[in-house]
Amino acid sequence: MKATIAKKGTKATMTIRDAHLFDPVQGLDTVTDVVLEKGMIARIGKSAGGGKDGRVLKADGRLLLPGFVDPHVHLRAPGREDEEDIASGTRAAASGGYVAVCAMPNTDPVADNAAVLQSLIEQAEAEAVVRVAFMGAISHGLDGERLSDMWDLADAGAVAFTDDGSPVDSGGLLRAAFRAAELVGLPLSLHCEDRTLSDRGHMNEGGVSAELGLAGIPCVAETAAVARDLDIAVFEGARVHVAHVSCAGSLGIIRAARDRGATITCEATPHHLLLSDEAVRGLDTGFKMNPPLRGEDDRRALVAALAGGTIDCIGTDHAPHAGQEKEVPFEEAPFGVIGLETAFAMLYTELVEDGDVPLETLVTAMSANPARAFGLPLPAIAEGEEANLCLVDTEQEFNIEPDRFRSKSRNTPFAGRRVKGQVRLTIAAGRVAFREENV
Amino acid sequence: MNKNLLSINDLSREEIESILVTAAKDFLELPKRDIKKVPTLRGRTVIDLFYEKSTRTSTSFELAGKRLSADVINVKADSSAMGKGESLKDTVLTLNAYGPDIIVIRHPHVGAPAFIARYTDAHVINAGDGKGGHPTQCLLDIFSLKQEYGELDGLKVAMVGDILHSRVARSNIAGFRKMGMEVTLIAPPPLLPRGVESLGAEVAYSLDALAGVDVVYLLRMQKERHGDSGMIPSLREYIARYCVGRRHISGDQRVLHPGPINRGVEIEAELADSGENLILQQVEAGLAVRMAIMYRIIVDSAAASAEALEAGAAGEDRADADIKNIRAVG
Amino acid sequence: MSGLFVKTVVPADQLGRTIVRIAHEILEKNQDISNLALVGILTRGVHLARRLADHMEQFAGQELPVGELDISLYRDDVAARGSLTVRSRLTHPEVRGTNLPFSVDEKTIVLVDDVLFTGRTIRAAIDALFDYGRPSQIQLAVLVDRGHRELPIRPDYVGKNLPTSQDQRINVHLREVDGVDEVVLEAVEDE
Repeated sequence: MKATIAKKGTKATMTIRDAHLFDPVQGLDTVTDVVLEKGMIARIGKSAGGGKDGRVLKADGRLLLPGFVDPHVHLRAPGREDEEDIASGTRAAASGGYVAVCAMPNTDPVADNAAVLQSLIEQAEAEAVVRVAFMGAISHGLDGERLSDMWDLADAGAVAFTDDGSPVDSGGLLRAAFRAAELVGLPLSLHCEDRTLSDRGHMNEGGVSAELGLAGIPCVAETAAVARDLDIAVFEGARVHVAHVSCAGSLGIIRAARDRGATITCEATPHHLLLSDEAVRGLDTGFKMNPPLRGEDDRRALVAALAGGTIDCIGTDHAPHAGQEKEVPFEEAPFGVIGLETAFAMLYTELVEDGDVPLETLVTAMSANPARAFGLPLPAIAEGEEANLCLVDTEQEFNIEPDRFRSKSRNTPFAGRRVKGQVRLTIAAGRVAFREENV
Repeated sequence: MNKNLLSINDLSREEIESILVTAAKDFLELPKRDIKKVPTLRGRTVIDLFYEKSTRTSTSFELAGKRLSADVINVKADSSAMGKGESLKDTVLTLNAYGPDIIVIRHPHVGAPAFIARYTDAHVINAGDGKGGHPTQCLLDIFSLKQEYGELDGLKVAMVGDILHSRVARSNIAGFRKMGMEVTLIAPPPLLPRGVESLGAEVAYSLDALAGVDVVYLLRMQKERHGDSGMIPSLREYIARYCVGRRHISGDQRVLHPGPINRGVEIEAELADSGENLILQQVEAGLAVRMAIMYRIIVDSAAASAEALEAGAAGEDRADADIKNIRAVG
Repeated sequence: MSGLFVKTVVPADQLGRTIVRIAHEILEKNQDISNLALVGILTRGVHLARRLADHMEQFAGQELPVGELDISLYRDDVAARGSLTVRSRLTHPEVRGTNLPFSVDEKTIVLVDDVLFTGRTIRAAIDALFDYGRPSQIQLAVLVDRGHRELPIRPDYVGKNLPTSQDQRINVHLREVDGVDEVVLEAVEDE
């Protein structure tokens, strides 16, 4: 198993009574009981009885979902443990219902060789409360010039390669990376951006940036790169994952490349699905990320593409930043927002409750699809499966309060939002990873 | 006025007119007196916090503060802790500990004035934030135009040049429109921001469009903000097409420029020296308008809090309040 | 509940006679009026000064210069108690400011105001005058002295003494501004 988790504590043995089991992949949508024995789903069904040697948890009809998988998080270890580390990042993930996350390699040092990756895996074995899969860098030190030790990284346990945050500028190097990845059968996750087009920009280029006087990052900086990168992927017959799609124009390019036979997965973030560049007007650095929040038309197109299947994964691009780094004027602030602890509640409240996206689409995009894209264990609610679940309350409203985050950082664009969909319990790899206080 | 002046959008048309009346009535004639000073802000402290090189704006604010009898401290980017890696937040927290009444800030980044307003009790005045805005420049330009034309409604203004990098353009388009003027932007496409249509101005690519306007507002070519990106083919080619000279100016058109001017780039030397331009009147107006802003920002908010405190205060020395209002209270 | 009580304490005819009397007193005190100038404090002090100057010209056959003084910038309460007045002036600022069409140097200046109360306005007016030059003498003429001085200031010419309590108001109305000549007393009555 490539994704790593600490094997501390006992595996869960309990009966979850009267839960609304909802697992689109298993075709499950029913209220019944689930009996867990030593971390495994032993029995499903009302007649199960059970609970002899374990505790009984009354779910009272709340949703029991397959645990979420995030294809795109920054855990900041090694190098910036003041912002996040594997322990805090996975606790944040667990409290958001996640049972596995994919960690990006743009750390210090960069995860571009087996030694760094191996030490990260060991750290995860000691600290992680949810599974952590590591991606290796495409280029050495993210320099965009020399390939990293891709094959060693694959042997050490990398699930994919990416230079996330530093787009691969050279088409030649990208092609070489696709060919090298083919040997080990791993996908590339691409941050598609033409930096000569986005140079010095701080937000989406458009009417709002014109009014504010901020240098813009035009959509074409993304679409031009998506077009080139997917062209190369099609040419090489490579597997590719497009990270954080933000522009309507990228969607057509992705569809066209799929039509040409390429195996493409892609993700959208909760913030790109829920916010537009209008949110930047207040110059709150909590709304600064790359790619930037786009126009309302782009946002709507992303929502439609999630509902329609073009976008098949939700990735949070969880990017913790220390308070002092964001407490600066907008142009001085680094890109990035956190998302693990708010993703489901925000998306459920804004997209599912409003009827824009069916719950089954959201759940699949947050769980089965990213798990398959990166070869992680598939969270499934079925007898005989390892328990990778989360129990969420879609009735009770609550406020998003950054002070209560498990993450070390607070840079969320959703502070103060009133939402539904609080995670009450997360069981990852058979162990209780998160349990809300009064559950 | 509100507590701070961060953007021209903070002011209504009525507030702008009221500030300009104060500037004209109380402060425009002051430089002609022997004693060019009034005691209005005696005992108050003004900090001019400048993170960008500036001569005219910082001089204007310094003199404005001093002529109001405030104690004025100038903090320049190169002489403060800013070079030692101190964050803007910490600099402002430190300055705030001195209890300033007003902080005037010039900063290379958009939104810095609003940012520091979170960390100080002082009134914050935006003296230019990156490419964001320059509200006091806008007010002094409106003042200059009002002095020259009287009525501003329907006045047609062309703003010419480097719109993309200009905070002055951004504030003035908003401010001029608020005063009922019509604005046309004249620049080559590379010097216009994408999304320019959201600014509410007409756009033209040639100086031919000057023919229909009353006022020609020239902007400085901000070569320092262009970087190496090669935004225009060459300065020579730009000058050949966009440098405004006397031959472009007809009859009663007046020319404004926020300064500093680049002779031979956006304005020909002969025009810069001619009576058709109001450039020096703008400087004069700048002092009076900035005095009015500092005076009003203190007085208005003090009055607002006094109003909240004692809604019906008795016993005014100069009881010139409207008797009808008072009768209505009974 | 409380109500507002308004009473006319000086009617129009009496107000006219009072101004005439003050004009006479100024002429009596200043034998040589060639060096005299009247300076009214905006707004009603200016109209009073003009009326005084008209009368004095009739009596003495000599035209007197009249200046207008705006003391808002010299107030000591810019951010304190009296700011309500400042605010009411600023939300609808008068277009007129100080206008002294003569040099105040070595002049005898008669400051003119409608109501003398704490004395702070007069203090501010004296400060303002000194910023325009150095008068040889400053005298003070007021239509109403209502007492409650907070500064050692004493008028040279008083139209009428009206002892009042602190919470009462005296308002002078002049036909140039208010369409009517009168002095009214306002008081809040407890019910």
